[in-house]
Amino acid sequence: MRAFTKLSGPILVLEQENIDTDQIIPARFLTATDFDGIGEHLFADWRLDENGEPIPDHRLNQPGARHSPILVGGHNFGCGSSREHAPHALMGFGFRVVISSQIADIFRSNSQNVGLLPVVLEADQHASLLQMDGEEIAVDLEACEVTVRASDGAEQNWPFTIDPFARHCLLRGLDRFDFLDQAEDAIAAYEEDR
Amino acid sequence: MSTPESSPEPLAESLFDKLWNSHLVQAQTDATPAILYIDLHLVHEVTSPQGFDLLRDKGIAVRQPGRTLATLDHSTPTLPAGDDGQRPYITAQAQRQVQTLRDNCHEFGIELHDWDSPARGIVHVMGPELGATQPGMTIVCGDSHTSTHGAFGALAFGIGTTEVGHVLAKQCLLQNKPKSMRVNVEGKLGKGVTAKDLALNIINYLGMNGGTGFVLEYAGEAVRGLDMESRMTLCNLTIEAGARAGMIAPDETTIDYLRGRAKVPQGADFEQAAEKWLQLASDPDAVFDSEITLDGTAMRPTITYGTDPGMSVAIGEPVPLATNASQEKALQYMGFDGGQSMSERKIDVAFVGSCTNGRISDLRAAANVLRGRKVAGHVRMLVVPGSENIRKQAETEGLHEVIIAAGAEWRLPGCSMCIAMNGDMVPPGKTAVSTSNRNFEGRQGKGSRTLLASPETAAASAVMGRVAGVADLEPAQEVA
Repeated sequence: MRAFTKLSGPILVLEQENIDTDQIIPARFLTATDFDGIGEHLFADWRLDENGEPIPDHRLNQPGARHSPILVGGHNFGCGSSREHAPHALMGFGFRVVISSQIADIFRSNSQNVGLLPVVLEADQHASLLQMDGEEIAVDLEACEVTVRASDGAEQNWPFTIDPFARHCLLRGLDRFDFLDQAEDAIAAYEEDR
Repeated sequence: MSTPESSPEPLAESLFDKLWNSHLVQAQTDATPAILYIDLHLVHEVTSPQGFDLLRDKGIAVRQPGRTLATLDHSTPTLPAGDDGQRPYITAQAQRQVQTLRDNCHEFGIELHDWDSPARGIVHVMGPELGATQPGMTIVCGDSHTSTHGAFGALAFGIGTTEVGHVLAKQCLLQNKPKSMRVNVEGKLGKGVTAKDLALNIINYLGMNGGTGFVLEYAGEAVRGLDMESRMTLCNLTIEAGARAGMIAPDETTIDYLRGRAKVPQGADFEQAAEKWLQLASDPDAVFDSEITLDGTAMRPTITYGTDPGMSVAIGEPVPLATNASQEKALQYMGFDGGQSMSERKIDVAFVGSCTNGRISDLRAAANVLRGRKVAGHVRMLVVPGSENIRKQAETEGLHEVIIAAGAEWRLPGCSMCIAMNGDMVPPGKTAVSTSNRNFEGRQGKGSRTLLASPETAAASAVMGRVAGVADLEPAQEVA
């Protein structure tokens, strides 16, 4: 897994609430047996027309969209199915961070497993970000802080919380499997005791 | 006076606490998640290939092939093979995905219910039917509707593909303990109110994210009164309120369903197991992080009108007014105006099937409505059994003849139009009344508009050619 420590860049805002995994990656793109190239199908039904051509005025097709490493989505981002294709598609498109005021359980753990950082902010902070499309912010996983520049030019630091083990693994690029592997004796003992 | 060695009074535990604690290989700490042992891992073709790749990358075997059970369901055609013997896969890639599962199961020694298996079915229909799903178990699958199995008093939830790899390799998962919520539904459900209606009412109450971070336990008279297939429908839809798992404590209804099934203990061993299973219940003074109580007697047959499963109304009620931009967008997508009567809405497609409502009782309910009636001329209706066993049972009872005589299509088992991966889909802009679980934009095909409802409502709407409940039907013609 790619390590994540800190990055800054322009945010891309999709303010709709309840963006589900069927929007992120429609089911008809799930028949592949690997995740290669899946980013090309990200939000396919929003972003592409009947012929698969980009719809020019969609936010995800505007210049710079591919250079926005941070997606800010509406409340309850990633609800719906357990498809890990969703965080893979977001990463394949170029995102490294997803920010919302609520992120669905399975999508959050899938993201942490594949190296996409899920960040949940307070409702008022999230509401501010929804109005800041295209502006540069910084996300620091070491400090667990999002830094934004307010309209008066002053810097604001917003702390966020994240599961400590997910943070540990993301910061170092560690595969969570290794932790399971190190528990082999405990697993064997549990199986023995049953 | 107690000595320092004596253990303190045991804390009252919820059913969820009991299932969690009894599967702890290693406890959660401030810095690390718990390691949870998994009793049953269900596998299908869509979310497993990259999980098997992890095994190959690391050169390891499946740790517990006997705790792993596979089927073909999502990408599989529901039309039979042609004269050339070829099954009509939607794409070569879909066919390759199925072949990949076949190869993986062969390589790693996993029981696969392939085309030739008399038990093949949708993963969440097949597991319980075989008795592989049992009370007290932890059950996972790379599919969010794994919550279905909670109907048996199991802790069952969907996982991602990386975690599929973890379970294949170690039979364990890294998990932080979710919070608990008890959902009490008091009173008896009224006549014609099904488990689907009950679930849609609960999701409407909680909202599609109200259960996020929680495991639900369903309780109360209305829940106790449900048969096992209805309990599976209810638990199946738990994820649509954002909760990964929902469960119902086992009782005699559970035991009666399981007795004699292929994978449960047989004879005296079963009765011994049943005795243990019946002890799986929340202690009377167990504490939940949250608790809600709904009145089951007030619920009516229900249908969704928006693009999330929480947006629903009782049949006959008008479409509610949008109160924010997201709701407005949903109504626009669905082609509804707030305040409009839903009964005016013409429908194009009716779908009965899926892991939510593809069981024999669902097919009987649809057939009872269709008997002596015709599907409206402009409506295409698809009835897709949840498994081969259900298909056979339905054909033994002659349900397929009723369904075909009414003008509906009778198909082979699979996920079909619920996820629309296999070619069974709703055309752009068309409206489907569907017994499936998600009404998200494009869920049943790009541009499709989905109204979620019970099999009874789907069949009644198919007959009327518009949104309708069973109460709206004219008496059926006598069938000789």
